[in-house]
Amino acid sequence: MSLLAVQNLSLSFGGLKAVDDVSFSIEPGEVYAVIGPNGAGKSTLLNMISRFYHPSRGEILHDGKSLLECDASEIPARGIARTFQNIELFERATVLQNLLVGRQVHNTVPDWRQFVFTPDIMRAEREHRRKVEEIIDFLEIAHYRDMHVSGLPYGVCKKVELARALAVEPELLLLDEPASGLNPEETEEMGFWIDDIRRDLKITVLMIEHDMSLVDEVADRVLVLANGRVLTEGKFDDVKSHPDVVRAYLGETL
Amino acid sequence: MRVLFKQSYDQDIRIAKHRGHLIWYGLLLLSTLCAPLFVGSFYLGELSRVMILALAGLGLMFVTGFTGQVSLGHAAFVAAGAYANAWALSRGWPSLAAIPFAGFVSMLCGLAVAVPASRMSGIYLAIGTLAFAIIVEDGIIKLDGITGGNRGMAVEAPVFLGFRMWESWQLYYLCLFVLVACIFAVLNFMRSPVGRAMIAVRDSEVSARSLGVKVARTKIFAFAVSAAITGFAGALFSHYLQFISPEIFGVVLSIQLLLMIVVGGLGTVHGAIFGAALVGLLETGINLAKDYLPPGIGSQPGLEPLLFGIILVGFILFEPQGVYGRWVKIRSYFELFPLYRRKTFVRQRSYLKTDRMQ
Repeated sequence: MSLLAVQNLSLSFGGLKAVDDVSFSIEPGEVYAVIGPNGAGKSTLLNMISRFYHPSRGEILHDGKSLLECDASEIPARGIARTFQNIELFERATVLQNLLVGRQVHNTVPDWRQFVFTPDIMRAEREHRRKVEEIIDFLEIAHYRDMHVSGLPYGVCKKVELARALAVEPELLLLDEPASGLNPEETEEMGFWIDDIRRDLKITVLMIEHDMSLVDEVADRVLVLANGRVLTEGKFDDVKSHPDVVRAYLGETL
Repeated sequence: MRVLFKQSYDQDIRIAKHRGHLIWYGLLLLSTLCAPLFVGSFYLGELSRVMILALAGLGLMFVTGFTGQVSLGHAAFVAAGAYANAWALSRGWPSLAAIPFAGFVSMLCGLAVAVPASRMSGIYLAIGTLAFAIIVEDGIIKLDGITGGNRGMAVEAPVFLGFRMWESWQLYYLCLFVLVACIFAVLNFMRSPVGRAMIAVRDSEVSARSLGVKVARTKIFAFAVSAAITGFAGALFSHYLQFISPEIFGVVLSIQLLLMIVVGGLGTVHGAIFGAALVGLLETGINLAKDYLPPGIGSQPGLEPLLFGIILVGFILFEPQGVYGRWVKIRSYFELFPLYRRKTFVRQRSYLKTDRMQ
């Protein structure tokens, strides 16, 4: 069974059909990329899967169960974590605190009880910290651990956001333009991380990306959207020479 | 210069991060415990007032500084605590029941505001809480069967185990105990998952949701705890004043509390304490200085608000991080002595945040 199945998904904002009858499915362990020109509906699609938007029609199945009755805040508990296109970190907190927020879904102590720091909370805190340190090691951000996010360079912020999503311990990771704003070296590095996440952590990745070198490097399959509709799906090499895709990106030849 | 060599995660989790913390805060606690031996009853009263303000400020800090919900209505929670405490004592309750009852009543008020307020933010929330404070003030006047209305209400002295505590040093210790207990409670919240959830909600609601934080519930929780702490402050305040009437808990008190935490340093426990010390002692200082100023200046009406205003504007212009922020800079100047640079604390925003999906 596929890990995530999107069936006939549609969403209109007033008269604008942002996403129109999109269907695809993602198999466990693959890196699935969604590409398309600006305004194609890629981010809208991701926001529907992470439940920030509600589709006007269609179904999203995760492990065979519908995601549509979940609120956005219940999505990480289902094993799905995401990053944002324009970094959404907690700026007035340290990198470590940011990652620890990612452990929120694994917290079992009720809120009201936390004003006395009982031994079970202490144990849980140590365990959260240990998990977070594993991720800090994995992404090599130990140097920034105690720094405030507001002073960090953009490329590091991108990595911290990725780390925070990993702290959720998801089985499916949604990445909204992981390479946007990164220079070529950082983009290449991001490719290595995504590869490692898939291979070492066994996490399935759905990513939206504009950088074709990154898509070529890491994606197993590619979905092309334009004006909210699916143009084609397949291996990157087949997709990039597809006449509809060329037309969507470059326009009609006169 | 202190270099921390971390060897276990517990070092980051503990409240006292290193021995320096233990020594200095221990000394502070010791000196506050010994203060009644050396300090006269007038200044003991002033210190109690500062601690009460600090407690109310701590409550406001919880919801405004840590959770990012601006409240212009915290005087209402002080009032709820004060009247609940006075009412309970008048019915013959001991203080061990009356003070928690004050916190509980205030917390219920907090929940009543928080449920609708969790859908508001920014300026709308400020206006909403302001309206709530005005409603509470009017409500106190209308409920004159319990509260004495505009005539006010006398507050009996605290009772512990059948003993009446009339002396100012007894109130001083009561305030100190409640303040220290609440500071520890807040520190524990802030190093637990719920404290991090609050900071997450403050800095980015969108990504807090995407990480599993229940935003509305976190806001309501913060409001309730904040109201309870402020209610304790109200109970102690009623003892300090010994006579309460509705106009004490007007908008001016709410604004004073907000001013306090901004001047003290938003987003830190220290900020609430420093702010209360500055605001509380400034008032006393101005009153004392009036005797020495030339009569033309000293007897001018509106001297206090003028000075308050100047100080507030000064802080916003020159030290938005508040007294605590300034203190951190001074401390690191000495810690790093020959190496400190003026730009050490300058932060630049290297990117813009998205406004989408708000």
